Amino acid sequence: MSGNMNLTLKVWRQKSNKDKGNFEEFKVNDISPDMSFLEMFDVLNEQLISKGNEPIAFDHDCREGICGMCSMFINGRPHGPKEGITTCQLHMRSFADGDTIIVEPWRANAFPVIKDLVVDRSAFDRIVSAGGFVSVNTGNAQDGNAIPISKNDADIAFAAAACIGCGACVAACKNASAMLFVSAKINQLAHLPQGQPERMQRARAMVHQMDKEGFGACTNTGACSAECPKEISLVNIAAMNCEFVKANVVDSHE
Amino acid sequence: MGAFSFLINSSIGKKIIMGITGIFLVVFLAVHCFVNSLIFVNDGGELFNKAAEFMAHNILIRTMEIFLFLGLIIHALQGMNLTFKNMNARKVKYYKFNGNANSKWYSRSMGLLGTLLALFLILHLKHFWYVSRLTEEITSGEDTLFGEMKEVFANPIVVAAYIIGVISLTYHLLHGFQSAFQSLGLNHRKYTPFIKSLGFWYSIIISVLFAAMPLAVHFGWIK
Ligand code: HEM
Ligand code: SF4
Ligand code: FES
Repeated sequence: MSGNMNLTLKVWRQKSNKDKGNFEEFKVNDISPDMSFLEMFDVLNEQLISKGNEPIAFDHDCREGICGMCSMFINGRPHGPKEGITTCQLHMRSFADGDTIIVEPWRANAFPVIKDLVVDRSAFDRIVSAGGFVSVNTGNAQDGNAIPISKNDADIAFAAAACIGCGACVAACKNASAMLFVSAKINQLAHLPQGQPERMQRARAMVHQMDKEGFGACTNTGACSAECPKEISLVNIAAMNCEFVKANVVDSHE
Repeated sequence: MGAFSFLINSSIGKKIIMGITGIFLVVFLAVHCFVNSLIFVNDGGELFNKAAEFMAHNILIRTMEIFLFLGLIIHALQGMNLTFKNMNARKVKYYKFNGNANSKWYSRSMGLLGTLLALFLILHLKHFWYVSRLTEEITSGEDTLFGEMKEVFANPIVVAAYIIGVISLTYHLLHGFQSAFQSLGLNHRKYTPFIKSLGFWYSIIISVLFAAMPLAVHFGWIK
């Protein structure tokens, strides 16, 4: 086993949305390489509390990569240097002893900072409330194979449904675009029977809400998918574009 | 809002316009590159002049020219509009942003590359389009388009400017070609790898040929 690490952290501190904010530097010593990044933050916060200082506010909940809360922009990348994981799944062994680590909140107009590293991601909730649902009661889960769904469709829907709404796609994108998230939410329902009746209306409403929230447009850099902890594919964005055009051109609506 | 204006004004609609005009420009560029490559036949520009003559008088080509300018203007204006809108979507920037870890620099620089292209195009249109279409110099038989090329490319600074223009084009296309298909909703396991390699080779071949033209004329590799 490798030895414990001493690190320097440069962390964004901001008292409130109104505050300007600035970086604050901290030393953390004797960090086990087997700790998660959030556990390292717990150690740092314990230090701050015992000295009577304000602990660093950061979002977290499940700490096992499923809730999507742990938004941290670490050394220039969402969720740090590894692919396909969230911050809570990032281990300190991904860093070297003596490293300086820069930690910032997600940056996007649509994700205003609430405090320190905590941002307001309710823009995502509003996009989902605009159309990411099925209005009819579909009852209990059906018996297996009662409603035939092709393997291909099931796989696409399942892969899209893996999105945890973390916002890393927006954080990574140079345009702060939310297209990967929105496309995953649209596509997961577009491939299943219960999503069909509201399919066109959903595409229109969700894209409209996305634009209203002030996210940027896509330039297909692919940064979102590369940084997505659930590796949501760019195919979803292409599919969403088709879906949206169809909804406006083919589908007749008021 | 009507369905059409809703589509056109949405972030996705704007991308669709970029994609359609982009592919239109790609097709034009292939034709343009083919015709100009006739100078490499090395017959003193005879074949090339004939082709240029044909292009200048064919009604179909002249009509397409109008659409070409329209497409280019829409593409450039929409491109600039999108670039500024996107830059504004993150007013507070990151202190450290490691874009190279997840994307190619040129995919993040389409606005800049496009602007360089636009500047180059102003110069380029002045050199050739203006002279061949709006002056009597060539129609009167006083000079040929190939002769005009020799004149323009005698200046090494102009040759350098053309090379910079071509390099901007290479990178703009390296991202743009495949990006247009993604914007238009075509991303498929079967076809996308083909589109990507086609886009790569298209960008490289077009760029090498275009770069070779001013160089070959300047250094007298073709007479
Ligand atoms: C007047 C000069 C030009 C400017 C200002 C310009 C600007 C832009 C911008 C800002 C984009 C958006 C990038 C993105 O969404 O990924 C773009 C995309 C593109 N451009 Fe241009 N461009 C110019 C000329 C050209 C030319 C001459 C061609 C082709 C020969 C071209 C082909 C493309 C293609 C194929 C795309 C991708 C469209 C898409 O992603 O949907 N552009 N251009
Ligand atoms: S698409 Fe990926 S990065 Fe974006 S919110 Fe969903 S899980 Fe997070
Ligand atoms: S804390 Fe739930 S995904 Fe990280």
